[in-house]
Amino acid sequence: MVEIVFVLAAPVLGAVLLALVGHRTIAPAVNVAASACTFVAAVALTIRVARSGSLLAFDDQFLVDPFSVFLVVLTAFVGLTTAMFSRPYMRIEEQHGRLTPARLRLYHSMYQLFSFTMLLALLTNNLGILWVAMEAATLTTVLLVSLYRTPASLEAAWKYFILCGVGIAQALFGTILLYFAAERLLGAGGGALLWTKLNDVRTELEPTVLSLAFVFLLVGYGTKVGLVPLHNWLPDAHAEGPTPVSAVLSGLLLNVALYAVVRCKVLVDGALPNAFANNLLIGFGLLSVVVAAMLLSRQKDVKRLFAYSSIEHMGIITFAFGIGGPIANFAALLHMTVHSLTKSAIFFAVGHAAQKTGTQIIDDIRGLVTISPMVGWGLIIGTLAILGMPPFGVFASEFLILTTAMREQPWATPILLVALGVAFAAVFSKVQPMVFGETTATRLPLRPAMIPVFTHLALVLMLGLWIPPFLADWYRSAAKLIG
Amino acid sequence: MTTLPLGQQLINLFAAILLLLAFAMLAQRRVVSLVNLFAAQGLVLALSTAVVAYTTRQPHLYESAALTLVLKVALLPWLLHRLVRRLDVRWEFEGLINIPATMLIGIVLVVFSFNLALPISQLASTVTRATLGIAMASVMLAFLMMITRRKAIPQVIGFLAMENGLLFAATSATYGMPMVVELGVALDVLVGMLILGVFFFQIREQFDSLDLKHLEKLKE
Repeated sequence: MVEIVFVLAAPVLGAVLLALVGHRTIAPAVNVAASACTFVAAVALTIRVARSGSLLAFDDQFLVDPFSVFLVVLTAFVGLTTAMFSRPYMRIEEQHGRLTPARLRLYHSMYQLFSFTMLLALLTNNLGILWVAMEAATLTTVLLVSLYRTPASLEAAWKYFILCGVGIAQALFGTILLYFAAERLLGAGGGALLWTKLNDVRTELEPTVLSLAFVFLLVGYGTKVGLVPLHNWLPDAHAEGPTPVSAVLSGLLLNVALYAVVRCKVLVDGALPNAFANNLLIGFGLLSVVVAAMLLSRQKDVKRLFAYSSIEHMGIITFAFGIGGPIANFAALLHMTVHSLTKSAIFFAVGHAAQKTGTQIIDDIRGLVTISPMVGWGLIIGTLAILGMPPFGVFASEFLILTTAMREQPWATPILLVALGVAFAAVFSKVQPMVFGETTATRLPLRPAMIPVFTHLALVLMLGLWIPPFLADWYRSAAKLIG
Repeated sequence: MTTLPLGQQLINLFAAILLLLAFAMLAQRRVVSLVNLFAAQGLVLALSTAVVAYTTRQPHLYESAALTLVLKVALLPWLLHRLVRRLDVRWEFEGLINIPATMLIGIVLVVFSFNLALPISQLASTVTRATLGIAMASVMLAFLMMITRRKAIPQVIGFLAMENGLLFAATSATYGMPMVVELGVALDVLVGMLILGVFFFQIREQFDSLDLKHLEKLKE
């Protein structure tokens, strides 16, 4: 109980404090401290849940079960490492004259508020509040995407706001339909939007209403997941915002949006006799993988390149949830974890590389490894990891997904394999010359933050070789919950 | 022919006005009038929510109606008027499609929404179920308005009108969402509007206009 309060209070207090002192030199340290408090509280919450099982608190308004708790820890962890990375990164940006103190204050405060919305979305049991938190996540990040006030960043932020706003409005309609179906069984009032209550009666919910509701919810939250064809905002927002924002968008927001879709899918699966929801997820997932893989080779901007790679991986995860069953769900949850860790590590390395060369254009970044071995190696190792090379965790989860697909949906396996191959060729051929070859880069005024990069990559490596038993247990029970 | 009770007749009347207002917004080119139409839509929404609250004795709907009144009739139009005055964007010249064509597409959308809503409204037990189709239609029309407008402020008004339609759907299908959710939604809309206000000034500072054709550089 008290842990939930701490998990949510730490970022809010951090945001208030940073709204006051966010422009001072102490601000990055405060930002890290607030994120560290959140992480500690999240770990305490996890220990509590590991000991005593799922937890319902405050009139059933909050729910912590295996599915949400591992995402809470992941979110708090990536939030912490990104705050550590943003400490030197944002200071270098300020010295390069791209940011004013007022904008730094906005950045720090909004960063904490964004963490809050993510954690609220994960912890709430109320599907209405889940919607409110997802919308608030857009609102907190839209001004961060336009932080540099360049024409391109304003365009990206406008697109982000309008597309996600329209998308999320569809999700609200879906939520209304869900409430409409539930109200007939549970009566009016707050109870009919609580996920646990809905889950208890899910077999009795009206199937026609639920299938329509799921279409709206999938389109709505799917916009935020970046599923093709609703993905247009994603590469722009990733490329034009500051790098820490790209890292948390890819590492956290996409995961949490997908979490919302899967929560709703559980209810719809109960109500419908057929595999309607699964088929939709398989379709959207496969389309995202294929389209993103095709577009990868056309990218010229390194952050856009990895943004498309995020779309591809979200597609893989969505596809895996679409197959369903204990193994595919397990693989999907594992893939969520390793993608989030690897992708944010890559963005950290890319951010420093872009600072060294003063550009995000792939062709202008060359020979990172000579000027700064750490950034270069971080980038190439991260790239190999995200492309699914063994022995990293992404290989393990993709292997599981492919083998399950071979059994359950054999027709889809060759499509997936070809797409993964195309993605490998496109990304590796672009990143390899960035890291090796003649250099144009300059030294940075501050030491780059490489600890977060290598911590993430070490974790991904570990997950590829050995999944700790308690983590495997969580994944298993969460996979069972999803069904 | 059976006559409907007065409350239900009133609700149907309000629903019809709401649909008319949605079409009026689709046809309106002056930004100031667009804001006024949006305020009128908010007023109709608040009134119909109050009537539903009275006829069905659902006290929490009065709060929802009051919230709509404060937010959609007073606060947001006031903010929008201020923005229009300070940014000096009173006129919008051309949309993407001319207005008669937009209206025709709008009619098709209304027919489509009524068909889509039919199976659901047959399930609903509320007195207001007949209006679900209209709610869906006004969401669709607002969506159409967002697609066809090229200037930033009309697009945003379209966005807000869509939220009005959703709220109407919530009251007509289910007697409103739980209060905590409605408060959260209202907060999001208000904060979103404030952020957009800031954002407009950023766009203006950068491009000297609020025409979205400047915002079409990023591709693939």
